[in-house]
Amino acid sequence: MSANFSQHTTTGAPQFELKARTFTLPLLRLFGTDMEAVARQLSEKVAQAGGFFHNAPVVIDLKEVSGAEVAFPLLVGLMRGHGMIPVGVRGGTPDQNSAAEAMELAVLADGRSQRPEIQGAGPPAGSVKAISAIEATKLVTKPVRSGQRVYARGGDLVVLAQVSSGAEIMADGHIHVYAALRGRALAGLKGNQEARIFCQDLQAELVSVAGHYRISENIDARLRGRPMQVYLEERTLHIEGI
Amino acid sequence: MARIIVVTSGKGGVGKTTTSAAIAMGLALRGHRTAVIDFDVGLRNLDLIMGCERRVVYDFVNVINGEANLNQALIKDRRCENLFVLPASQTREKDSLTKEGVGRVLEDLSQGFDYIICDSPAGIERGAMMAMYYADDAVVVTNPEVSSVRDSDRMLGILASKSRRAETSAAPIREYLLLSRYAPERVRRGEMLSVEDVQEILALELLGVIPESKAVLTASNAGMPVILDRESNAGRAYADVVGRYLGESLPHRFLELPKKGLFNRFFGE
Repeated sequence: MSANFSQHTTTGAPQFELKARTFTLPLLRLFGTDMEAVARQLSEKVAQAGGFFHNAPVVIDLKEVSGAEVAFPLLVGLMRGHGMIPVGVRGGTPDQNSAAEAMELAVLADGRSQRPEIQGAGPPAGSVKAISAIEATKLVTKPVRSGQRVYARGGDLVVLAQVSSGAEIMADGHIHVYAALRGRALAGLKGNQEARIFCQDLQAELVSVAGHYRISENIDARLRGRPMQVYLEERTLHIEGI
Repeated sequence: MARIIVVTSGKGGVGKTTTSAAIAMGLALRGHRTAVIDFDVGLRNLDLIMGCERRVVYDFVNVINGEANLNQALIKDRRCENLFVLPASQTREKDSLTKEGVGRVLEDLSQGFDYIICDSPAGIERGAMMAMYYADDAVVVTNPEVSSVRDSDRMLGILASKSRRAETSAAPIREYLLLSRYAPERVRRGEMLSVEDVQEILALELLGVIPESKAVLTASNAGMPVILDRESNAGRAYADVVGRYLGESLPHRFLELPKKGLFNRFFGE
């Protein structure tokens, strides 16, 4: 970042940018909840490791203690006492996650599935909080006419009839159109990059997944007339036959 | 209780008033007491098409405002005793039409009539919304070309969401497609959308196809609903439309170019 203080900062010169980067962090896989035993083992390990764990951000894995009550304040205190910086948990049950969040630990992605646990259209076993969990898929059985807008909040959208040109259909999850799609379709509206659009005949004016879009002019007209899907991979929109 | 039919389109100039006049006359000729109302406040022309423009004393807005009653405003057609016209106001503002006022007038009319045809203005503004709000049936008039089809599609969306039936979750409005100004020769040349093309986009029950016809202009100049011109293709097509609306099963005519075979060439048509 250039520290060019003579420049106007109020008229839009950016002060920072947000990017996604991968870091490898040490994982503390908890096997038991006896904090005294944990304390003893921790002391040994840290002694053996020299300065390795000093100021190291560490993630706590809770898969092996699923359902058990973990005394997070004690555990965090223990870890900090040895110079570790506990930054988050993964693989925990909703209750454990809440307790972790109360200690200001982040709830990180479950290592098994590649998807972030909060999003996703299909229910990954045991993650997502029950209240905001997969809301009922929105089902539309009549044609979506020009000018109409349909939004499937928190879930998928299934349309059993055509979507006319000038209509707009949106979903936080996937969009399935069992007929011709001629309007605009926006899947993954809140940022779910795994969302897909499926239709029987792609004649859409615009398709979008998690904000990445393509307009009709840039969709090959030869792709019309057969079942198609639209999905995002490596931040590029792919449009392919099913 | 009267059946309320709205003749609408979205797009202007496609043949709503022509159709309203023709269907109203057709139903009346079959013995049904029919009223046709012009909802186009300020740009009225139903009275011209019906040939009663010189007999207008009171209009729709007068009745809504209580300045006249229905009997004073309704104009009886001279050709058919079952047919009555309620003209629009030419001098008032469109805001004069209120949902409650329109509702009251339709309620009153329902007492004495079998069918009430609401001739909608073009667009999706107040006049068009008032015309379609209380409808039981909708005849969506469409020309076989892309902008008319899209506008009709938009109007269908509005019928499905903003009508009283939609708002009260009653049985939805029965929607019919009426394709007008159809020219088979142009369809064959690929200049005009075919019935199938239009149906693919609108997916509606096809009430009828009215061929492009000079008789329409002639009839409107004469202040006569074109259905009375029984020689013309348009007149005959409208007669079929009324039949189909009443439940008769009639094949669609005038979709193909007449074939001139050898036999016809020798012995004439």
